Parts: sequence; structure tokens; C-alpha cells
Amino acid sequence: MTDISYQPQTHEAEASLGDYFALLKPRVMSLVVFTALVGLLAAPVSVHPVIAFSSILFVAIGAGASGALNMWWDADIDGVMKRTAKRPIPAGKVTPDEAKTLGVALSGMSVMMLALSSNLLAAALLAFTIFFYAVIYSMWLKRSTPQNIVIGGAAGAFPPVIGWVIATGSMSIEAWLMFALIFMWTPPHFWALALFMKSDYDDAGVPMLTVTHGRKTTRVHILVYTVLLVGLAVATAFTAIGGPVYLTVSVILNALFLKGAFDIWKRDESAAEHDGYRVEKAFFKLSLLYLFLHFGAILIEAMLPASWGIWA
Amino acid sequence: MNIRAEHEIHQRRKGRNVGVGLMLAGFVVLVLALTFVKITGGDFALPQIEESQ
Repeated sequence: MTDISYQPQTHEAEASLGDYFALLKPRVMSLVVFTALVGLLAAPVSVHPVIAFSSILFVAIGAGASGALNMWWDADIDGVMKRTAKRPIPAGKVTPDEAKTLGVALSGMSVMMLALSSNLLAAALLAFTIFFYAVIYSMWLKRSTPQNIVIGGAAGAFPPVIGWVIATGSMSIEAWLMFALIFMWTPPHFWALALFMKSDYDDAGVPMLTVTHGRKTTRVHILVYTVLLVGLAVATAFTAIGGPVYLTVSVILNALFLKGAFDIWKRDESAAEHDGYRVEKAFFKLSLLYLFLHFGAILIEAMLPASWGIWA
Repeated sequence: MNIRAEHEIHQRRKGRNVGVGLMLAGFVVLVLALTFVKITGGDFALPQIEESQ
């Protein structure tokens, strides 16, 4: 008996498990896991390891679900942009309906399970984060305003707050400081990317600042947001989640970040094109290290004995 | 004679099925562990039955 379901022309594009996993934006998930874990461990309340592990897992699944919903909604523009053309939907591996179903199912499951493993406030925050990323950012802001990533950046800033709430059951100023750090970091990070992914956003018709206000204005915005970020990041050293280790790391990173933003502001488009956007690419890479090391320093401060971890 | 030629698609489907199976098994273990931790935790208490009179 032959296998009558065998149709090579359609099966070649059939998704593997890895394609469904790619819908969840694993790199974004890793950042969510890390920042949520730092929020959880920086909180002044200890959590049972099983509860901590499962709660962070459900936050990661919720973040992945919002990524799948984003890919479902943005499938048309993802196919146009070089950076996203190989994502599972534009590549023909997964259908938009499958992505939507996966996103909705995982969203519901992750929120319910987080409510059971930790508390209702953490679950409500996760639900709001998914809604904010999928609906407010992806469906509304992204295609309608050049401030898309400024406001939309809030979605990526919630995980440390959720981590803190998993541990404590309530919000506090320290949790919102971590939120502010990611919120202020997001615009310079994405605008640097928009500068060197030159035609992607133009081709897709996404109103990034580079498209609506030009590259010179984008360079000015990167510098302004970086100056504001530097003040916030260094000032955090003098709060309950900061300390000498954080201050040392922060001063070094912020000096480098400020220099990078100044270099971006100083040069013009012809110089950037001439060296293949070397400075912008270096700034983008530094921005990844910047966030990782700041949260790493907060984690170290939380792990240190109390007399080391906070300013006496 | 085996006339059902093993195609790459069959391996891919098997990988997908095994992956989903392992994830479901992991989920069951996780819920079991969570339940155990919750009911052995200090703040866990069975609902009090109020006796009439």
C-alpha cells in the first residue's frame, strides 16, 4: 500500500519543530528570561526554586506567544524586509493561521499557569505585556507613528517587573527602575539598527524615525535618549538594587555608550556609507552588551552579602 | 518488500511528534512538582469546614 498523503511539492515546506520554536523569537525570549530572573532574584524575598523556575518558564512562554502573534500580524512586512524574510511565515514553513493559533493558545496557557505558580498580579502583568506587544505595538503603533519603538519598548521592559512581582506579590520603585532602564535603552538600540538596515523599513513602509524624519534627526534622537539613559542608569547605582559593583560597571559602560552615541551624532550619512556603518553597527553591538551587563551587575549586587550589596 | 519509502518528511514529522511528546511529559512533571511544592509549603492550608452549631 502506498502512502497516498505523499505530495513532495507541499511537504517540502512542512514545518519542523524548530520552525514553530522560531515563531517564539528565541533571542527575545532569552533576554526576557534573563531580565525577569534578575527581577526575581533582586527582590528581597526568597522564592522556592521550583516556583521560580516554573514562573520564569511561563513568562518566557508568554513572551514567545506574543512573538508568534507579532509574526502572524507582520507576515506581510516581514517578507519584504531582508532581516526578517527568513522567518517561518514568509519562508512558507508555517501558515499565518497556525502562528495565530499557537500565539493565542500559549498566551492563555502561560497566563493561567503563572497565576497558579505565583500570583494573580504577576499573571495580570504578563497578560498586559502580551496585549501591549501584540495589540498596542504590533497592530497599532508600529505602522502608524515614528514613536512606535519608544512606546512599544514598554513591552520589553515589563519582564523584570513581572519577576519582582513573582517574588514579592507587589510592585515597588526598584522594579520600575529596572523597567525604566530597558524602556530608555530600547530607542537608541533600535534606531542604531534602523540606521544600518538601510532600506528595510523604507521598503516595508514602516514609519521608523529614519523614514519619517530622516537620518540626521535619528542621530540626534539617539544622542538625546542616550544622555537621558546615562543619567538614569548611573543614578540606579545609589538605590537598593545598586551598589559599588553596579556603579563600576555602569560608569564604564555609560562612558562607552555616550561616546558611541556622540560619534553617531557627529558624522553624516556619506561618512557612514563610506565605512559600511561601522560606528552604528558597533553601537548596536555595544547596546546588547550594555543591557546584559547592567542586569548582570544588578544580579551580582543581589547575590552579594547585604553589607556589600547596598550602600552603607 | 517495503514500498513505503522513508522520506525526509517522515523523519521531520517524527521529530516534531517526539518533541511535542517530550514537552507534554515535561509539563506533567512540572505541574506535579509545583503541586508538591505548593501543598508542602508552610502557607498551605485545607479549607476550614465550618460546623453548624
